Amino acid sequence: MNNKPKIGVYVCHCGINIAKTVGVDSVTEYAAQLPNVKVARNYSYMCSDPGQLLVKEDIKNEGLNRIVVSACSPRMHEATFRKTLVEAGLNPYYLEMANIREQCSWVHEDENEATEKAKKLVASAVVKARLLEPLEEKEVEVEPATLVIGGGIAGIQAALDIADAGFQVYMVEKTPSVGGTMARLDKTFPTLDCSACILTPKMVDVASHPNIELMTYSQVEEITGYVGNFDVKVRKKARYVDVDKCTGCGICAEECRLKNRVPSEFEEGMGKRSAIYMPFPQAVPAKFTVDPERCIYLTRGKCGESPKCVDACPSQAVDFEQEDEFVDVRVGAVIVATGFDVFDASRKPEYGYQDYDNVLTALEMERLVSASGPTGGKIVLGEGDDAYTPKEIAFIKCVGSRDESVGNEYCSRVCCMYTAKLAHLVHEKIPDANVRIYYMDVRAFGKGFEEFYDRVRREGIRYIRGNPSEIFKRGDKLVIKAEDTLKAMPLEDEVDMVVLAVGLEPRRDSREIIDLLRLSQSGDRFYMEAHPKLAPVDTATDGVYLAGCAQGPKDIPDTVAQAKGAASSALILLSSGRVKVQAQVSVVNEETCRGCTYCVEICPYGAIEMVEVNQMGHQVSVARVNEVLCKGCGACVAGCFSGSIQQKSFKDGQILPQLAVLGVM
Amino acid sequence: MSDKFEPNIVAFLCNWCSYAGADLAGTSRIQYPPNLHIVRVMCTGRVNPLFVVNAFQQGADGVLVSGCHPGDCHYMEGNYYARRRFTLIRELLEYVGVDPKRFHMSWVSASEGAKWKDVVEEVVENAKAAGPFDQFRRNKINW
Repeated sequence: MNNKPKIGVYVCHCGINIAKTVGVDSVTEYAAQLPNVKVARNYSYMCSDPGQLLVKEDIKNEGLNRIVVSACSPRMHEATFRKTLVEAGLNPYYLEMANIREQCSWVHEDENEATEKAKKLVASAVVKARLLEPLEEKEVEVEPATLVIGGGIAGIQAALDIADAGFQVYMVEKTPSVGGTMARLDKTFPTLDCSACILTPKMVDVASHPNIELMTYSQVEEITGYVGNFDVKVRKKARYVDVDKCTGCGICAEECRLKNRVPSEFEEGMGKRSAIYMPFPQAVPAKFTVDPERCIYLTRGKCGESPKCVDACPSQAVDFEQEDEFVDVRVGAVIVATGFDVFDASRKPEYGYQDYDNVLTALEMERLVSASGPTGGKIVLGEGDDAYTPKEIAFIKCVGSRDESVGNEYCSRVCCMYTAKLAHLVHEKIPDANVRIYYMDVRAFGKGFEEFYDRVRREGIRYIRGNPSEIFKRGDKLVIKAEDTLKAMPLEDEVDMVVLAVGLEPRRDSREIIDLLRLSQSGDRFYMEAHPKLAPVDTATDGVYLAGCAQGPKDIPDTVAQAKGAASSALILLSSGRVKVQAQVSVVNEETCRGCTYCVEICPYGAIEMVEVNQMGHQVSVARVNEVLCKGCGACVAGCFSGSIQQKSFKDGQILPQLAVLGVM
Repeated sequence: MSDKFEPNIVAFLCNWCSYAGADLAGTSRIQYPPNLHIVRVMCTGRVNPLFVVNAFQQGADGVLVSGCHPGDCHYMEGNYYARRRFTLIRELLEYVGVDPKRFHMSWVSASEGAKWKDVVEEVVENAKAAGPFDQFRRNKINW
C-alpha cells in the first residue's frame, strides 16, 4: 500500500449531543483543508451502521489509509471504530479519535468557543493520524480457570455457573465458611423465602462441585500477570484443625475453656461461641477453626495441662503445630465478589446505639427473629429474669445512607424492603406490638416490592415521615424525638425498642483488593465498573470482573443477576481460549540503546531484559522488551536517557507534533 | 489586555484516571472553561519532561499533568515516576524564569468529574494571572 497519508475525518453530530454546541459543518470545512486530509464529512451518528459504512466505503473508494473519528471519548467507541477499520481491510491502529463530546460539547456552552476548541482537537488528531503506524496484535492463550474472591451469594453463583460450564474455579473466602451475609438473614423480601433454605444447597454445591476448589479461611496474597494468565498466590491461614480429619462433631467446642464466652460474629455478637468454633451449624465446610486471637493456648502459650480441645477430639484433628500454607494457582479471569460491611451505627451517636441495649441494628434484629438465632427466633430483650417482650417498636430508616454527614450520599437500596420485612416478622411474632417506621422516602422499586409494602401497611404498621433527631432514655422507655413532616408536627414517641436500618458500605478492607488488582473506586467508594450502563460487571483491568455488593449496594436478585453476568463475561474469555494483548507496547531501538539498564529498573512488570547483540563486530548489551509482558504504560520511554525506547502509538515523534498544533493555533 | 487574555493550556492526562474523570465531567455536563486541550497518554509515567518544555515552546501559556492518585496507578507506579520527574521540572522551570503558576500537576480519579472542573478552573485562573507566555515561543507549525 502506498503509505503517503490519506486521511478521512468524520465529525459526528451524536444526535444533538455534539451538534448543539459545536458547529459540525464549520469543523468539517476546517478539517477538509488540513494537510493530507482527503475526505471530511459529518454524520448524525458515526457509531451507527450507516455511519460506519460511510467510513468503510471511503476507505475503499477514496483509498483512505488513516481515519480520524471526531466524536465521543475513545474510552467509549475506540474499539468500535477499530473494528470498522479492520472490516475495511485497514490496520486498526490507523485510527485516531478526537473527543469533542465528553471533553468539548458537553462541558462548554458557548458555541463559538466550543467550535474553536473542537477544531483544535480535530487538528491535533489529524496531525497524530499522519504519523500512526500499523501495529500487530499478539494473542496469548487463556488459562482455562477462574479465581473467585469472596464466598457470599455473588461468589457462589458465579463459581457455580463457571464450574457448570466445565471450567476450573478457585474460590477464596476469608472467613471459615462460605455463605456471606445472606447466610445470616432470616427471611428474604418480598417473597419471605427462608434465606438459609435457598442458600445452603448452593453452599453445599460449591464445596462438592468437581470443578471448584474451595479455599476457606484463606486470602489472596498476590496477583501478577495479565488477562488470560494471572498468577495468584493464596494464603491458607492455619486453622489449627486438620480439615481432613475433622468430622465437625463439635466435641472440641464443648470442651473449650472459653465455651460460651467469645462473642459470635455470625450472631452479631449477641450469641456466644467457643475459641474453637464453626461459625454456624450449616457452615460449609463443616469444619472447626481455632480463633487465634481468642484461644488461650495460642495467645498465652498454655491452656491448663494441655489444651482440652486436643484431648477431646476423637479423631486427633486439632493441631497447634499447623502453619499458614501458600498455594499458587494460575487463572485466566478473576471475579471480585467481596461484598460489603454494614454501616457502623455508633457513627450516628444521636441514635444511642452504643448507649442503650434496646437500640439494635437491623442485622442484629435479623438474628433475633431468626429461628436459628441466639433466642431461637423469639423477640426478647434483656436476659434471665429481666427478659421482656417489647411491645412498642420503632424502625428508623436511612441510618448511614443518603446522609452526607457520614459521607454516604447514596441509597443502600435494600433497607426500605428489609425494614418492611422485619416489621412484618415482628407483627407476626408479637401480634399486639405497635410497630412504626420512621422514613424519609419509601423506595419500593423491585418486582413485588410495592405489593409487599402495601401488605405491610395493611397489617397495621405505621409509616411516619420524619428523620428522628435524637433518642434518649426516660424511665425504662426510649424516647424518639422527631418531626412528622407530613403533619408538620414535632413529636416525642416512647418505645421499648429501636431498630436502626443501617446502610451498606464498602468493606473496610476494600483497599486490599484495590492494591492487588489495580481497581478504581467510584465516588461512593465501591469498586468501579468499566461503564455504568454497558459494562456493569467489567473493570478497567481486563479479565477482572465484579459481582454483588462489592460494586455497589444491591439486593439478592440483583446480586445473583450480576454474578451470572460476571460469570458469563469470564466464560467468554475462557471459552474463546485466546486473548489479544496490548499492541501499544514499548520497543527499543537497539542501535542507539546504550545499555544503561535504567529502563529495566523502571519497568513495573519486569518486561525489559538486557540482551547481548553484535553491532558492527562488537558485543554490546542492549535492552529488549518482552511484548507479551509489556502493558504499555510508557514509563520506560519517558525515563530513557537516549530516547531509544518508544511506545508504539505514543512515540515522542507522534506526541510532540500534537503539542505544536495545540499550542500555536 | 489582561481582561481579554485567554490562556492556552495543554494538559497531559492518563487514560485510566484523569482522562476518565474528564469524561465523567462531560457525562455529568459539568461546565468549565474551554482553554484547556487534552493530550491522552496511557500513564503520566509516559509524559516526558521534555513534553512540558516543548508545550511552552510551542506557545502554551500553561501546562497540566494529571494522573491517578498516588497508590492507584493502573500500572502500579507510573504516577510515582511522574511525581518525581515533575517536582524536578517545576524547579527547573522556575530556574529558567517560567512562573511556577504556569505548571500544574494534579491527581484526579475516574470518579472525580467535579474535581476535574476545579482543577481546570484553577489552572486557567493561574495562567491568566501569569499572563501570556512568549518567552520560549516558536510561531510556526512544521506540518
